[in-house]
Amino acid sequence: MIRLPLALFFSAVLFSAGVYGVLARRNAVLVLMSIELMLNAVNVNLVAFSQAWKNLAGQVFALFLIAVAAAEVGIGLAIVILIYRNRETINVDEVDLLKW
Amino acid sequence: MVAAAEAVVASPGFAKYAWIIALLPMLSAALTLFFGKRTPGRGWIYGVATVGAGFVLSLLVLWHFVQGGGAYSSSVSWFRVGSLHLELGQYVDGLTAVMLIVVTAVSLCVHVYSIGYMHGDERFTWFYVSLSLFTAAMLNVVVADNLFQLLVGWEVMGFCSYILIGHWWEEHVNSSAAIKAFLTTRTGDIPFLFGVFVLIVASGTTNIHQIGEMLGAGDIARGTASAAALLLFGGTIGKSAQFPLHVWLPDAMQGPTPVSALIHAATMVAAGVYLVGRLFDVFMHADPWVLQFVGIIGGMTALGAGLLGLVQDDIKRVLAYSTISQLAYMVSLMSVGPAGRNAAFFHLFTHAFFKALLFLGSGSVIHAVHSNNMSEMGGLRRPMPVTFWTFLIGSAALAGIPPLAGFWSKDELLVSASNGHQVVFVVLLLTALITAFYTTRMVMLTFFGEFRGHGHPHESPVSMTAPLVALAGATVGVGFLGASFAKAVFFKWVYFEEPEAIHFVPWVAALSVGAALLGVLVGYSVYREARERDPVLAMGPLTTLLVRKYFLDDIYLKGIVFPIRDKVSAFVYWTNQNVLDGAVDGAGWLAKAVSRAVDGFDGSVVDGAVNGVAQTAGFTGGILRYVQSGNVQRYAVLLFTGVVVLAVVFTRF
Amino acid sequence: MSAQEYAFVVLALVGTVAAVRLVTAKNVMHAALYLVVTLASVAGVYLVLGAEFIAWVQVLIYVGAIVILFLFGLMLTKAPIGREALDNQQRGVALLVALGVLAGLVFLIQDAFRWDAPKVEPFQATTGVLGEALFHRYVLPFEAVSFLLLAALIGAIVLSRKEDRA
Repeated sequence: MIRLPLALFFSAVLFSAGVYGVLARRNAVLVLMSIELMLNAVNVNLVAFSQAWKNLAGQVFALFLIAVAAAEVGIGLAIVILIYRNRETINVDEVDLLKW
Repeated sequence: MVAAAEAVVASPGFAKYAWIIALLPMLSAALTLFFGKRTPGRGWIYGVATVGAGFVLSLLVLWHFVQGGGAYSSSVSWFRVGSLHLELGQYVDGLTAVMLIVVTAVSLCVHVYSIGYMHGDERFTWFYVSLSLFTAAMLNVVVADNLFQLLVGWEVMGFCSYILIGHWWEEHVNSSAAIKAFLTTRTGDIPFLFGVFVLIVASGTTNIHQIGEMLGAGDIARGTASAAALLLFGGTIGKSAQFPLHVWLPDAMQGPTPVSALIHAATMVAAGVYLVGRLFDVFMHADPWVLQFVGIIGGMTALGAGLLGLVQDDIKRVLAYSTISQLAYMVSLMSVGPAGRNAAFFHLFTHAFFKALLFLGSGSVIHAVHSNNMSEMGGLRRPMPVTFWTFLIGSAALAGIPPLAGFWSKDELLVSASNGHQVVFVVLLLTALITAFYTTRMVMLTFFGEFRGHGHPHESPVSMTAPLVALAGATVGVGFLGASFAKAVFFKWVYFEEPEAIHFVPWVAALSVGAALLGVLVGYSVYREARERDPVLAMGPLTTLLVRKYFLDDIYLKGIVFPIRDKVSAFVYWTNQNVLDGAVDGAGWLAKAVSRAVDGFDGSVVDGAVNGVAQTAGFTGGILRYVQSGNVQRYAVLLFTGVVVLAVVFTRF
Repeated sequence: MSAQEYAFVVLALVGTVAAVRLVTAKNVMHAALYLVVTLASVAGVYLVLGAEFIAWVQVLIYVGAIVILFLFGLMLTKAPIGREALDNQQRGVALLVALGVLAGLVFLIQDAFRWDAPKVEPFQATTGVLGEALFHRYVLPFEAVSFLLLAALIGAIVLSRKEDRA
């Protein structure tokens, strides 16, 4: 069958790509997308382990994660739109009022 | 904590209440002080009432001894200081009872007399406060059973004497006299104090009776007793105006006459004699030369003062020198031994009455004539009969004319002295002659001849003459208490260890009467006619010597007072300014220098450290603030870096 | 290597490439589309792993709803186009950090499993079993998630209301 480390590597790659996106992207929406990427990587990890140890908890957790991710995206986009309304920009590095 | 100790001999009778007598005048002093001004009559009533009550109680106490009762002592513990145990107590024996009578009687007379004499005086109330306080102090001395209590009463008396002599202190001469009296008696009090210390240290107790027992048992060394006796006698020399500290008594006559009568005739000056008599155990167990010394001082003073009394113009000064002379009689008799002691106390007893009588009488005369000087008196026997007759009785007693009190007591003195103390005997006989002479001179110049003064003198009010009459009666009567044919009951009350039997020695009596009559005769003949110049002032060099009081005052002034005032005070002042103030200033300067150093240290080091810490914090903060860029992604970078590092650290280590 | 493994590797490669293109695209729309590809490949991976319910839920929710949300968001905020417009100043550092994370994770996996690892065998048809587990054993978290979704719904509405009161 499939060797477990392969799945884990895949998850790791996706996660790192998501990290890069969170740190390097300027657009808030793109940052949110990168966060989704990270969440997906985690899901892959969970499901792989769940199938490996024959434990259903992993998949249940993955299901819940998907639900949470959906909620988070909804709220996140609402906030982004609010920022856009107030500041005419959604560049993350222009929202720095808490600067020294 | 109060612990009372009682030594009961048979039944104490009324003697155990003797302490009340001492307490009553204290009460009146306080009452007069606080309420005197508001009481009608300005406060004399308290003093008269309490002393009067005290006199009655004293009679009751004496009655106990008349019935043959024994001595009684009791005490309460006051407080302890280490091994020193201070008590308040009373020791009541025949001597105490007799002294109580004397003090309360004379004090009562003086209190009553002063109502008239001091009438209208500005400080009338305060005068009575001091009188009561003084009476309380003297009574305290008399009933005291321990040295400390005696000392307290002694010193309070000295203070009251100072206050009363200087009663009219607006006149400089009066305040100077008060100071002179105080300082001179103080000079005598210092050896007295040391004598008390010696006794306390040697015996471990302050109780007089116990000290006496220890002396009898031989627990105290002879040398210690001698030292103590000598030192104690210093107090007597000061208080009883013996040579060389007699100089204050004549000057003390500046005070009001009632004061002179009470303090300087009957009571305070007698306290010195009382001291020797009460502590006679110490003198008996000392070396014999101590008593000889006492006798010498007494004899010298008796004769010297008698001579000085001859040349005085001021009537009170005649009486003052007479007092010194009579006290010296008593002191020199102490040196004879127990018999002499008892005789001396008998003389003290009688002398108190007639001397007080004489002083109050002179006060009456002074009040009428408004002058102290006999050169402004004369022929007063007609306008002032009561004063004249009472004064005459007192003078006769002083001169030693029988059957008055003075004769009996003087006779006793001579009898005791005749037993082996010939020098004392001769001196006392000579003094008796001189005493009679100056007494007669005094009477002649005052009451006989023509009036040399101004104005119209008249008899004094009843408040002044009543005490005179009372004292005259006492003078006539009390002498018989010591007379041998009346069983000499006095000596059953006052005795040293054993009561003694009194015998009548005819040749001694003959000699004393002869000397007295001789003196009176000479005086009468000299002063019978009025003369231009007083004969005693025409004795040439002798007069000068006597008038200048043997130059003693000059010696004291130039030899002691001026050097101290000029040299010693200046030295002390210099020391104070330079050494003491210098040390204090130096300490102050040092403190300031140290404080400046500490301040510098505080400012630079401590504040520097604190400021440095603050500056470092600020500096570091100034650098670290750039981390907070406000950029969330920057934070995220740091976060993820940290996560990676932590993950590696936790798994590998 | 078995057939499933081949399939898995192919799908993984597709997903990887899409993910990388997602975070480096210069055009937001391209990025969104790359997201779709990534999500789809992940769904495929689920299928190969044998978790078909999860796979179809993934497609339904992620690809179907969330991507639409993103597209709406992009539309409403008028995202610009261009490299400088989309990437910020700390690209280098971010790359380093990302590579560091990757290295760490790889190292961990290596340390835990080596190469030979338990094989993943697809087991029982998961839908029924999952359903049963969900409503039996994990009913409480299920309800909690429902509340969470409700809260998110209300929150999103409240947050994006226009605040113009006269």
